[in-house]
Amino acid sequence: MSHKLLRTIAFAAAGLAALAPAYAQNTIKVGVIAEFSGPFADYGAQIEAGMKAYMKQHGDTVAGKKIELITRDTKGPAPDVAKRFAQELITRDQVQFLAGFGLTPNAMAVAPVVTEAKVPMIISNAATSSITTKSPYVTRVSMTIPQVSAPMAEWALKNGIKQVYTVVADYGPGIDAETQFTKSFKAGGGEVVGTLRTPLQNPDFSAAIQRVKDAKPQAVFVFLPAGEQGISFVKGFNERGLAAAGIKLIATGDITDDHVLAAMGDPTLGLITSFHYSAAHDSPENAAFLKAYADANDAKLGAPNFMAAAGYDTMQVIYEVAKKLGGNIDGDKAMAVIKGMKWTSPRGPVAIDADTRDITQTVYIRKVEKKNGKLANVEFDKIADVKDPGK
Amino acid sequence: MIGNVIGVLFDGLAYGSLLFIIAVGLSVTLGLMNFVNLAHGAFAMVGGYVCVLLMTRLGVPFLLTLPIAFVAAAVVGIVLERTLYQRLYKSSHLDQVLFSIGLVFMSIAIATYFFGASQQPMALPPYLRGQVHFLGLDFGVYRIFLIVVVAALTVALQYIIEKTRFGSQVRASVDNATAAAGLGINVNRVFALTFALGSGLAGLGGGLGIDVLGLDPTFPLKYMVYFLLVVSVGGTGTIKGPLVAALILGVFDVAGKYYLPQIGGFVIYALMVVLLILFPAGLYGRRT
Repeated sequence: MSHKLLRTIAFAAAGLAALAPAYAQNTIKVGVIAEFSGPFADYGAQIEAGMKAYMKQHGDTVAGKKIELITRDTKGPAPDVAKRFAQELITRDQVQFLAGFGLTPNAMAVAPVVTEAKVPMIISNAATSSITTKSPYVTRVSMTIPQVSAPMAEWALKNGIKQVYTVVADYGPGIDAETQFTKSFKAGGGEVVGTLRTPLQNPDFSAAIQRVKDAKPQAVFVFLPAGEQGISFVKGFNERGLAAAGIKLIATGDITDDHVLAAMGDPTLGLITSFHYSAAHDSPENAAFLKAYADANDAKLGAPNFMAAAGYDTMQVIYEVAKKLGGNIDGDKAMAVIKGMKWTSPRGPVAIDADTRDITQTVYIRKVEKKNGKLANVEFDKIADVKDPGK
Repeated sequence: MIGNVIGVLFDGLAYGSLLFIIAVGLSVTLGLMNFVNLAHGAFAMVGGYVCVLLMTRLGVPFLLTLPIAFVAAAVVGIVLERTLYQRLYKSSHLDQVLFSIGLVFMSIAIATYFFGASQQPMALPPYLRGQVHFLGLDFGVYRIFLIVVVAALTVALQYIIEKTRFGSQVRASVDNATAAAGLGINVNRVFALTFALGSGLAGLGGGLGIDVLGLDPTFPLKYMVYFLLVVSVGGTGTIKGPLVAALILGVFDVAGKYYLPQIGGFVIYALMVVLLILFPAGLYGRRT
């Protein structure tokens, strides 16, 4: 390379470097690290769609600063990639917030980076309890698996269900759900008559369902990833006549994810789940969210689910921090604002616990019903102010 | 107790039938044509989407969508065979693997672009749902249907390959393309038709499998292991091999998961290892 060319590049680079901070002063940059392609592509798409919905509704300027989203695609569980993106976003793009994180391993890998850089990190989905303990700059606006599993146990006991069989997918979140459900259920005097962990790649549930049927419990508690596993289990449950044998199917709301509920079809009717958000939640905030979601996004994206709602709340937190700090984002000050923050989300009243930086929220008990000809998770009972019992 | 055994056996046979349905197309392309076609699942996915779209958007009855799925996947197969696949017949297996795996990723991206990343809705017609009660036992209707389809399919394929003129042309062309061409067989045409048959079967399997396996753009990758499992255990070059392999794997998988749930997910793979040690060329493999 000629010396002249080298000098030109050096000058150009210096010029860009000088420009960057000046530019940064007029914007608040949010680095969104999530899964935008691969098998978890829906996660990133939903989170981003929720964020865009918030910006559509509230404008893209807050405290005199323009909000800019910079998205990075981890393509799936890729801790090293997520970490590299976080480093690049912080050092090169100088983002003031990191957000997104559909999957736990990616969030875990980024936590040490934000501790060092003092950049607030908002978890928009990843649901393993311990993530928020990994850095004082991490907060979560979504939920944890124990947080939605414990209320299901409480509700079952309250409604005369004393014997339960548990079936969970054999991976982190499944085991979290099983552990918490069993703990809460036994503490309340219930009996777990059998447990099954099914492989994560499991196209056929006939054996598992037959075992449950033979054990004749009052109910079966299920945690399976939304998508074909949930569909397959629910179909098998109906086909084998477990409901007719008097066995109830209870689960956390992952299985009847609003985004895939239509694809799961009528077999889900009557399914009872516990979860923090339903698109059928009846409140002005949710109506506003659904309208903004439809306005801001392509119809092809499909129905919003809890991840979109969490994306929306992620922006709520960022806007609130920006307002309180007058647009000058500082990591420590931002975290001070976030701790104890309370607002009314599309899902209902929520708060960030000041000690754990994790979300406190109402968990609803819902039943799948037809509403205006469409399947919906209709809330009929609730347990207010649930903190993450996993900590 | 006896009821349990019969129930497990029935579920196992039904699951094995499903494995056979999704893998039989591959045993045609890989087994008869000796082409390592890892993109088999992509053709199955074509069939799956054709079924779902016809049912949900146009209201075509499920049973009628199946032959259409077969034809659609066969047409896609023949187009790709003429334009791409035929260039790689003489390439090494590694080239074929790289090419077809590339095709898998492209098919995933294309399906995501047009239909989104989420699961497609699928509702079987009422007469294929539920269970029938027979001698005090319950049998799933769709599972009986799968077993019947597999029986019919096996007889038909066996007949085509062993008894028809086309079948002998295929076998001749695969064994020695030069000699076959010398005898006046249009080898290109035979290969194109065979490939279309394999792709069509994949499409049919895709359509039949959605109810159990679901359908989203990652389908070709997610179930690739199962296709390969059946064909490698069964051995290439016959229809009987994959059929027996699929049924054995199905029965043992269901039995393992029912009687030994702690290790249930592992049984199918352990069995594969054992069978491949005992029969390195597959159960009915052509020994070369």
